[in-house]
Amino acid sequence: MRKVLIIGATSAIAAAIARLFAKDGDRVFLIARNEEHLKATADDIAVRGASVAGYRSLDVNALDEHRAVLEEAEGALGGIDLALIAHGTLPVQIDCERSPGLTAQELQTNAVSTIALLTRLAERMEERRSGRIAVITSVAGDRGRQSNYVYGAAKAAVDTFLEGLRQRLHKSGVGVTTVRPGFIDTPMTAGFRKGLLWAKPETAAKRIHAAIGKGTDVVYVPWFWGWIMLVIRFLPRSIFKRIKL
Amino acid sequence: MTSVDAAYSSWGRPRVEAGKRVVRLWWRDQGFPADRPALPFGNGRSYGDSCLIREGAIIDLRGLDRFISFDNDTGLLRCEAGVLLSDILAHFVPKGWFLPVTPGTRFVTLGGAIANDVHGKNHHRAGSFGHHVRRLELLRSDGTRIVCSPHESADWFTATIGGCGLTGIILWAEIALQRVPGPAMEVETLRFSGVDEFLELSRSSHNSHEYTVAWIDALNPGSDGARGLFFRSNFAADQRPVAAPRPKPGLPFTPPVSLLPKAAVRLFNAAHHHWPRRSRQYVHYERSFYPLDAVPNWNRLFGRRGFFQYQCVVPYSAAEAIGALIARVARAGEGSFLSVLKVFGDHKPAGWLSFPRPGLTLALDFPDRGEQTLKLLDTLDEITVEAGGAVYPAKDARMNAQTFRRGFPSWQRLEDYRDPAICSDFWRRVAVPQPGE
Repeated sequence: MRKVLIIGATSAIAAAIARLFAKDGDRVFLIARNEEHLKATADDIAVRGASVAGYRSLDVNALDEHRAVLEEAEGALGGIDLALIAHGTLPVQIDCERSPGLTAQELQTNAVSTIALLTRLAERMEERRSGRIAVITSVAGDRGRQSNYVYGAAKAAVDTFLEGLRQRLHKSGVGVTTVRPGFIDTPMTAGFRKGLLWAKPETAAKRIHAAIGKGTDVVYVPWFWGWIMLVIRFLPRSIFKRIKL
Repeated sequence: MTSVDAAYSSWGRPRVEAGKRVVRLWWRDQGFPADRPALPFGNGRSYGDSCLIREGAIIDLRGLDRFISFDNDTGLLRCEAGVLLSDILAHFVPKGWFLPVTPGTRFVTLGGAIANDVHGKNHHRAGSFGHHVRRLELLRSDGTRIVCSPHESADWFTATIGGCGLTGIILWAEIALQRVPGPAMEVETLRFSGVDEFLELSRSSHNSHEYTVAWIDALNPGSDGARGLFFRSNFAADQRPVAAPRPKPGLPFTPPVSLLPKAAVRLFNAAHHHWPRRSRQYVHYERSFYPLDAVPNWNRLFGRRGFFQYQCVVPYSAAEAIGALIARVARAGEGSFLSVLKVFGDHKPAGWLSFPRPGLTLALDFPDRGEQTLKLLDTLDEITVEAGGAVYPAKDARMNAQTFRRGFPSWQRLEDYRDPAICSDFWRRVAVPQPGE
């Protein structure tokens, strides 16, 4: 039985992973913004076998509330073996291009809040010299593309932060898993036309759950995104700037 | 809430898109979608057009797939309407619980099972699915939420059981699971010929066996009527290890033509009938209840044109109509791959529009060969109506308003409870007044 903290627990991917933790009989504490949805998610995983230590609503952008909420979670769980951070928003790129305010806000939600949470979690885990942190970033962070580079920039910031954090925590025996999903069919992507590249949250969850279990450093979800992004990353800039992606 | 284009269709009509647009619900507090008219949609396992609204929006409810609570003493399970029965089974069978009633596929949603008041092989004992629903919550397009049960807002409850999804969006429901000793079932198989022999077997098995059903060879009726196999089973009191069937590779795409030519079906039916089998064996419940679930997308075997299911029920007093229906099908030389016969028990129907009622039910399937198939089905309707019977809306794509209204005299009552923002192609065909009517 692991003691698991999930932040952004009502996101479709996180909720699907939570069901797998439930099946393992893990002890879980949930954090998300919407209280109603938190309760629905908590009830679901409780019936499915999780021992729910509690749940708490939090707006991750209220950075000054992080400490108290994390302490509450740690107290309720009796320590944290695994922290999964899954919250995020997908802004409309074109709206960001017209609004520095919105751009800043999206960077705040998708990067700053995550990094702030990571800072506190890392400190505690380093002290205790055990645990694992898993964070859902995105393939969008691998290379800036005109269709969503604000979101991509935020995810890239988190990704780079995690790269450094992994190095720092390695000697303390604390693991860091970076999860880079491609297109997943969730409420966040409800406005998109779905094609062959799209995967279900349940499929994504299985791979993420396995990666966490194995202690993988970086995982693409589904697997083929690793190869797609390899190609995209290595496209020469002279060509890349001319194409539409 | 966003509307997007997506391909949704019903099980028997792969060429028909279920709706012009799709709206998905993810949470119970989301509210009724603004895109109207609309039709709640579960997992698309209805065969015909009761889950289609070609001039409207599909409300995809698979996102409402959460368990809410479970009482380990009473077996009372509350969950959201988009939960698949397969999900309930996967979680609860290992804990010794089973569905009180299950249809022939486990890939239907709880909401769909209620909206079609589905039945199973234990109807003679347990009645239909609706008899085991304790409460549910309806979301109406005017924003009202109605929690109803046989004791509170009972008219809404009775309208919604078998109500084809027309009374509102079912958000969640409570059903009573039943205790089972384990996944193994003890199944007995007996050969019979003729409807009389079938009735005799049913009568003699109904006290001893929870589940009974018969397969009949509609293509090769013998001189004394349809030959067939009678299956009767119980969950085995002495559990022994049984393996779940491994999923077979399904068809990755729909072939242009049916892969079930008449000759092949005839051959299959003959082989199925004469295949040597032990008269008594232990099998995993999935093998017994859901043989077709092991073949993903088996509906694609019928090709792009799809197929029609024909399921009707006739009163006990008109049992001879079953023989007449089978004879009519045989005369037409139309091959029904899986023809199923079952005696319904005496339970009072759970909903105003419930299909299961005291009598005999016969289910047949026909590849869609266009006009000739439709004509044959019309003649089957005549026999059914003449016998005082009814045709099953969940499987229908073509019956006329008259046939429907004679089989479901309470239809007008349901029309009064229908949500004004909800309709289906089925309902437009059989119930919504046509111009000049």
